[in-house]
Amino acid sequence: MHRTPLLATGLAFCALQATSPAHSDELKDLYFGEALYFAHQGYWFEALERLDAEVRQHEDVDEPERDSLWFHIDDAEFSLGDFELRYRMHHRAGRAIRAVLEGAVDEQVRNDAAYRLAKIHFEKGQLDDALRALTRISGTVPEGIRDDIEFLRASVYLAEGQWAEAQESFRRLEKSPDFAAFAAYNLGIAHLQAGERQLAIELLDRAGQFPAEDAAELAIRDKANLVLGTLLLESGEHLAAAPYLNRVRLDGPFSNQALLSAGWANLSVENYQRAVVPWSMLAKRELTDSATQEAKLALPYAYGRLELHGRAAIYYGQALDAFGTEIDKLAESIDSIRDGRFLTALVREEMRQDKDWVIRLRSLPEAPETYYLMALLATHEFQTGLQNYLDLADLRAKLVAWQRTFDAFDDMVAIRHDHYEPLLPAVDTRFRELDSRMRLRTEQHRILVKRRDDLLTTPRPEFLATRAEQAILAELDALEAGLGEGELSGASRVVQERIRRLRGLVAWALHTEYHARLTEFDRNLRGLDEAMAIAESQYQQYVRSRQAASHSYEGYTDPVRQLRTAVRDSLAKIDSLMNRQGHELELVAIDELVARRERLETYRDKARFALADSYDRATQAQARSALQ
Amino acid sequence: MPTLKRYRLLALLAWGLSLSCAAEEFASEDTQSLDGQVQEIKSDVLGIAAELDNLEERLLYPSGTQLALFVAFEEGQDVEIDAIAVAIDGQPATHHIYSFRELEALQKGGVQRIYTGNVPTGEHELSISVSGTHDDGEDFSVSENVRFDKGVAPKALGITLAGPGLGGSGIRVGDW
Repeated sequence: MHRTPLLATGLAFCALQATSPAHSDELKDLYFGEALYFAHQGYWFEALERLDAEVRQHEDVDEPERDSLWFHIDDAEFSLGDFELRYRMHHRAGRAIRAVLEGAVDEQVRNDAAYRLAKIHFEKGQLDDALRALTRISGTVPEGIRDDIEFLRASVYLAEGQWAEAQESFRRLEKSPDFAAFAAYNLGIAHLQAGERQLAIELLDRAGQFPAEDAAELAIRDKANLVLGTLLLESGEHLAAAPYLNRVRLDGPFSNQALLSAGWANLSVENYQRAVVPWSMLAKRELTDSATQEAKLALPYAYGRLELHGRAAIYYGQALDAFGTEIDKLAESIDSIRDGRFLTALVREEMRQDKDWVIRLRSLPEAPETYYLMALLATHEFQTGLQNYLDLADLRAKLVAWQRTFDAFDDMVAIRHDHYEPLLPAVDTRFRELDSRMRLRTEQHRILVKRRDDLLTTPRPEFLATRAEQAILAELDALEAGLGEGELSGASRVVQERIRRLRGLVAWALHTEYHARLTEFDRNLRGLDEAMAIAESQYQQYVRSRQAASHSYEGYTDPVRQLRTAVRDSLAKIDSLMNRQGHELELVAIDELVARRERLETYRDKARFALADSYDRATQAQARSALQ
Repeated sequence: MPTLKRYRLLALLAWGLSLSCAAEEFASEDTQSLDGQVQEIKSDVLGIAAELDNLEERLLYPSGTQLALFVAFEEGQDVEIDAIAVAIDGQPATHHIYSFRELEALQKGGVQRIYTGNVPTGEHELSISVSGTHDDGEDFSVSENVRFDKGVAPKALGITLAGPGLGGSGIRVGDW
């Protein structure tokens, strides 16, 4: 049985992967394997629960090298930190990973741990600490995370404003199979931030033509083109901007913004007809997108500049209607959030089973606000809060289920108590009798064994006399005693002689048959050993059963009560935290929706005035053409 | 109209940084402390879960009678199974239908605890049936019977499945 270290199995962490070496690749600890089973499915709570218990147990054993987790302890401690990180327990994860760093571990494990610690710091915005952790990486680095480390280092430099260092790091990734596209884009950004505009333009141009293969690479390529186009547009190089904006795919995530900018690029050079093309396309797209909303106004504006005031008026009219509908939707959404429906929709189990649940939220008829919250939902700030809220909801569900378990435990203990309590006194009385008999027989057995052992070293034939021989010898002793002390008469001497002969006869048998008798005695004793072993086993089984009967209902009251209290307290805390976190999410969402509504209201006002203006101009144009 | 003409280079650049894998913490102090409290309660609940597991094991599966069965895949074997059924002494003990994620977790080296229960000390028979589908779409089903001794200590048995198609019986059972 082998196990794949979790870190090497593609459970992506911020698009990066890691491997963890261990003492042994063959799985020797079942419970570590069980933790991995949960972890590979993304059940971090369960994985942590199992592994935490196993690592604690390992720490408590007297001879840890004899424990099965010994073979995986580096990996297990590392995984513990990893699971905590994934379960968003950064405080504990940091501690666990630091423990690995400070332990006497393999160089590769230490480097892996340093990388993970740096990531934690980076995620928390602690850039200096992240850099410090990265400087601890030295010597052999696990192959699977080499590029990840470099990318992290470059990202930290970029965030720190150390442009030259960031550029150097990104250059090292130019040939990386996983990071080349991202490095190309970020290299351009690093040069742009450093004020090296021309070089940045060249690099972004190259990044915009990167031979992308997957969706992420295609997206970053689009983004490079969009940034470059926008950069040129801002500096007034409208014609130069257009080709880059046109490179952006029409079905990519940046297409709306690119279409909008392409329209403005053409409008800026007074090429109104060409501006109409991207805006017409954009105006038909999903209206919740801010670029689409802007295009709804920009399109009739372009028609106005083309002196097509009638058509402009029609489009302004459509924009007015559309904005009105959207403003109503936004008002509904704000009300819906205030009624708590937003949070209810977010915690729906069937939504969370799907990795695209954020996208699917849009299809929920009872959560209209989600139409407008896609951008908000994608931000790290909202995601952190949302994940916390979802985690709290999960914990709450677990605690509520456990509360019901306690009632079942109480019932079970009570039933066992009622069953055993009347039976046990009689059983105990019988057991005491059995116990004393058992002790007696055990002592007798011990004496016999000792006698046999003594006979093997010091032969004592009389010890092996039969019951009849013992009786004869005792009778002879009595007869001899009856002869009295002192000088014997003639008859007595004859008797004494007869006694001596008879004693000799018995002694003859005892001595000549000694070995046979000893063998027989030993065989009988061995038979007795077997019988005693069975009796002992049954005795022990009985003792265990008796103890099990008591243990089945005694000693649970306090632990159950304590757990019940702990669960109740935790539930209260969770409810309070959920309220706070939920309220915060609702406020952020409402703020976003209000801002959207205000923006749309401004657009509506503009559309209304522009519509009137277009009608006037159309009417005037019509009058002029009639006069002519 | 000029107000519409707002280019968002700065916003895009900022977005670039975040896409390059960065992430900022929540800005407000309140959120920081809220996040810390969420982490704390997670830790508390994990502690409760550990104690509850311990209590449950003592109450429901005393060591003298405890039997636990675990399923794992043979290393390097691409096993594709649909379901497993286990009987102890002829009585159905458990069965499980695998989801894609569970199979993947097993293939990556995870170990599934499929059964925890109680049996008296002595000799018992374990019957395992596994069903699945071959690459060519043909269904297969294999089974294996093994005897095991339950002593006074808790018993953990590992059921190791091999593939492809579980050639032979493809089921190996042993003490763990």
